[in-house]
Amino acid sequence: MNFSIHDALAPLAGGALIGASVSLLYLTHGKIAGVSGFLGRALMRRSSDRALALSFVVGLFLAGLALRVVHPAAFAIGAGAPLPVLVVAGLLVGYGTRLGNGCTSGHGVCGNARLSLRSMIATVTFIATGAATVFVSRHVVGGAP
Amino acid sequence: MRDVVIGVGSGALFGVGLGISGMTLPSKVAGFLDFFGAWEPSLAFVMAGAVIVHAIAYRVIVRSRSEPIWGEGFRLPARADIDVSLVAGAAIFGVGWGLGGYCPGPALVSLATLGAPALVFVLAMTAGMLVQNAQADRASRPPNGASDPPPRKLEGAST
Repeated sequence: MNFSIHDALAPLAGGALIGASVSLLYLTHGKIAGVSGFLGRALMRRSSDRALALSFVVGLFLAGLALRVVHPAAFAIGAGAPLPVLVVAGLLVGYGTRLGNGCTSGHGVCGNARLSLRSMIATVTFIATGAATVFVSRHVVGGAP
Repeated sequence: MRDVVIGVGSGALFGVGLGISGMTLPSKVAGFLDFFGAWEPSLAFVMAGAVIVHAIAYRVIVRSRSEPIWGEGFRLPARADIDVSLVAGAAIFGVGWGLGGYCPGPALVSLATLGAPALVFVLAMTAGMLVQNAQADRASRPPNGASDPPPRKLEGAST
């Protein structure tokens, strides 16, 4: 592990922006900004807050376009898991986040900030199974992203 | 209209935060999850920064206001119980996160690269969500009800 305090600054700053974003949504709409929840509800025709949910997803995409210009190092082109692995990963992430009612944002940020026991348990669980998966793919099978 | 402005604005703020913090780099995510190898702790500070800011803002908001500016009341998940769906869902999500290095937010931000990895991941993630949505629908009829309250019994059978 090679780590200096300098490596924490960009993550802290980015995290603060994420915290500001979810706080803004709570102040204006009183809603929890979970990305998986928003995407899930954007996909449901009978969702009551579909406009907000869809707009949030569009905002994420627009941020990606801006980052490509201003901060292209945010993306690693050509690196990462093979496409078949990404298909399996995507299916699991989509299914799991809806079944568990949240992901790294809804549970990891919003729920933990409110000291929700459900969210704390979810966070510990997905970090644990994520770590176990990386352990198997990097150190048992080999060749993970 | 204001839903769109606030939605796009907060989504963009959230997405820029993800990009600055390194969450859009799958290799960095794998490094963070690699506790038994060359562990890269930097992404722990993303959640720390976000939780600290929101924990403070959340308390200020609920203490100073009884209602959000435009919404009808502050919506919080009503559930407090730890059930199988919560733990199983989080566990399944974690496996996918470890395999692909993407959680939902960074995947949607990375769509802007128009690269095959993000595209394929988001399509698969959407499919996974649709499958779960359909399952949840089937489990909780009637279809127009919200997902939280239990299905109401049909009325008028007593006559």
